[in-house]
Amino acid sequence: MNLDAKIPVGELSEKWTKYKSSIPLVSPANKRRIDVIVVGTGLAGAAAAASLGELGYNVHCFTFHDSPRRAHSIAAQGGINAAKNYQNDGDSVYRLFYDTIKGGDYRAREANVYRLAEVSASIIDQAVAQGVPFAREYGGLLENRSFGGVQVSRTFYARGQTGQQLLIGAYQALARQVSLGNVKLYNRHEMLDLVIIDGKARGIIARNLLTGKLERFGGHAVVLGTGGYGNVFYLSTNAMGSNVTAAWKSVKRGALMANPCFTQIHPTCIPVSGDYQSKLTLMSESLRNDGRVWVPKNISDAQAIQQGKKTGAQIPEADRDYFLERRYPAFGNLVPRDVASRAAKVECDKGHGVSPTGLAVFLDFGAAIERYGKSKANVLGIHNATPNQITELGEAVVSEKYGNLFEMYEKITGENPYKTPMKIYPAVHYTMGGLWVDYNLETNIPGLFATGECNFSDHGANRLGASALMQGLADGYFVLPYTIGVFLSQEIRTPKIDTQHQAFVEAEQNVTHTLNQLINVKGNQSVEALHKKLGKIMWEYCGMARNKEGLTKARTMIQDLKKEFWSDVYVPGTANEFNPELEKAMRVADFIELGELMVMDAANRNESCGGHFREEYQDEGGETLRDDENYKYVANWSWPNGQDEAKLYIEPLKYEFIKIAARNYK
Amino acid sequence: MSALHLNLKVWRQKNQQSKGEFQTYQVEANEHMSFLEMMDVLNQDLIEKKKEPVAFDHDCREGICGACSMVINGKPHGPLSGTTTCQLHMRHFKDGETIVVEPFRAKAFPIVRDLVVDRSSFDRIIQAGGFISVNTGQAIDGNAIPIDKDTASKSFDAAACIGCGACVAACPNGSAMLFTSAKISHLGLLPQGKMEHTRRVNNMVSQMDEEGFGFCSNIGACEAECPKGISLENIARMNRGYIKASLLD
Repeated sequence: MNLDAKIPVGELSEKWTKYKSSIPLVSPANKRRIDVIVVGTGLAGAAAAASLGELGYNVHCFTFHDSPRRAHSIAAQGGINAAKNYQNDGDSVYRLFYDTIKGGDYRAREANVYRLAEVSASIIDQAVAQGVPFAREYGGLLENRSFGGVQVSRTFYARGQTGQQLLIGAYQALARQVSLGNVKLYNRHEMLDLVIIDGKARGIIARNLLTGKLERFGGHAVVLGTGGYGNVFYLSTNAMGSNVTAAWKSVKRGALMANPCFTQIHPTCIPVSGDYQSKLTLMSESLRNDGRVWVPKNISDAQAIQQGKKTGAQIPEADRDYFLERRYPAFGNLVPRDVASRAAKVECDKGHGVSPTGLAVFLDFGAAIERYGKSKANVLGIHNATPNQITELGEAVVSEKYGNLFEMYEKITGENPYKTPMKIYPAVHYTMGGLWVDYNLETNIPGLFATGECNFSDHGANRLGASALMQGLADGYFVLPYTIGVFLSQEIRTPKIDTQHQAFVEAEQNVTHTLNQLINVKGNQSVEALHKKLGKIMWEYCGMARNKEGLTKARTMIQDLKKEFWSDVYVPGTANEFNPELEKAMRVADFIELGELMVMDAANRNESCGGHFREEYQDEGGETLRDDENYKYVANWSWPNGQDEAKLYIEPLKYEFIKIAARNYK
Repeated sequence: MSALHLNLKVWRQKNQQSKGEFQTYQVEANEHMSFLEMMDVLNQDLIEKKKEPVAFDHDCREGICGACSMVINGKPHGPLSGTTTCQLHMRHFKDGETIVVEPFRAKAFPIVRDLVVDRSSFDRIIQAGGFISVNTGQAIDGNAIPIDKDTASKSFDAAACIGCGACVAACPNGSAMLFTSAKISHLGLLPQGKMEHTRRVNNMVSQMDEEGFGFCSNIGACEAECPKGISLENIARMNRGYIKASLLD
């Protein structure tokens, strides 16, 4: 297979500008005759659909939700990065590019990441113009804060609901195109197969979730913006419906899955409290601007806390171990996510954990409350403020910054985080892996494009905070609408796609067959129960720490689980009605297959990098040991339907402009 | 962890055409579960008995996507103020309690199945004008439009709406005034959105009427039940805009 990333030649900083002006154009008259299918309405999908509609293409946009506004981008809390340098703290496009490459542990493409950094500033402008109410200073200008792995303030935010506000911006742009007739919206429609005609992506089979009917949709090109696959772990911060099905069905039709084992485990989530738990809740990384992470120095104190005999507040300052500040003085509590997660795991594994399960560390705002309180007292001219006054004033400042997050924490745990330190533990949050795409965001199947979290392209082995929103919107607003022209300009002679074509008939039969199969197993286990089993295997063997032996074992376990699923799942109802259990069953069936591929990918990569931590490859300080000689590549897996073994295709990564080094946050 | 033995009276309805009814179930939950996790326990139990699980909309389970609905003991999103169903935890219920669970009921929200309703009328209201007409790439520098902190904050308060429809379910008239006015405030308060304000008000209000939502009679249940604290002030702002629009017509 010829894996050409199609990176334009020339100076890094000029590649995109020059390339953009050389992309062939499609005339307005031709655009009207070209149908583009966009699946997914999160930041990437909605932005792409809206922008393509504005350009004059005939867009057909699909979401399995009842409304495009429910896509999981809505839940992103902390912010969005952009190289605006509004803070005059030395930020630049190059620095954002460099931070992202380094944050990704040198496993992302230089040219793609540089382009991302380059367009980041336009995203903020676009969002402001759409009416996104970003945080403002008293002077009316945009406010910034810091995120992990970074020493500048380049994160724009809208309280703790940045994803919501950006998605609503994209949703409204999409709504406008719907009202103008440029986009046709199909809600409660789930893509269940990709249709390929003469080697090109030409349509999809979607199930109308309200009626259960399968419907055929033809398009000159298909764009996926269907998000990540974190729910393969069952418990994650992803929404319950987030799934890999659209991407996985494409893999079954020949698309390549790149670096599937690169998973981001986010350090600050509310810890698991019981078996009934259906999902995990993130506490935004922005909290690490002001919160200090610690565990008790003495195991006896930790045990007393675990048994409920002591609280965190009772541990004197001298007996606390602020382990991130101790291990990484240069970045302190703001080390990248993979580093922070691993460090928390190390402390808990040593027995210093602070919840009944021993799997939690403190995130403490005591120092911030005092600092802000003193500063506020100063501003108000109260020179002999009592400690109570200072606390009260400080809590008000913290509440203004993080109020909604503190409330959310209290609702879930029943504890007041202003008074007792938060308890947090790492949880699956994002997947850097995804469909392989070239510089045009086109997969190896001509005419099939992947955007946002659905592709693998920009975050390497670890994503920096506030970069997911940036990438989703960069792809959707500013990259794909241009690059899709490379393909579509060659399609102006292609007539409307005929959905009576044999390929559509075959794909529809394929989906009908799978749905019937699921219904007809009539076994004894619920989809949920089987999904939980998969999650346990993935978390145990392919989670925060992995090793060859465990991965080998996991593969057999997943293969057995696949057999168990197809012989013992129970799906109530029929395929011809609204049937949420059937929807879930299809998604879990795909997760099981993906899980096996993730384990294979993790076993193949004999190095540690970013979120992929192979226990065999670490230095004496417990830091990751990369093997640039042998693994400085993108691992692309081909596993089309009917093939027993997945095949690996390698895309070597070249670093022409930056010197690659060991990642150091000390 | 104390166990809660609950009697659930749940609305079951096969589809829009069929007649629905309450069915009673016993569920054993614990105080740390969210309401939806308690419903998961019920569904797991039903599936194990080879019965049809209760259909309900849900997704993010952290109070932001707006998918979950349900009227719990007569209140949209249940008894706790400022809380969506997914963020409502069972520690707010007592052992032995009977809980009545119904769908959001309104003419403009037809029932799909059990507790799932069709809220696409909300999307059509937004499509009628809930946007700022700016194409990708047309924007000027973000800091070229300074917005004072209080205005940005007020706009944000309105923009915090999650489009769940609790306001409609709470209103005896099934009115969507709070939802529509929140969007009108969000955009109309900002300098970027002022240009189209009058047009927007006109078009969104017309669409709202067309969808079959009722009129506002100043009861205020919408504000009381809104999980995101959207204020009635928005309705006043919309009405002012609407009067102005009618005079200009």
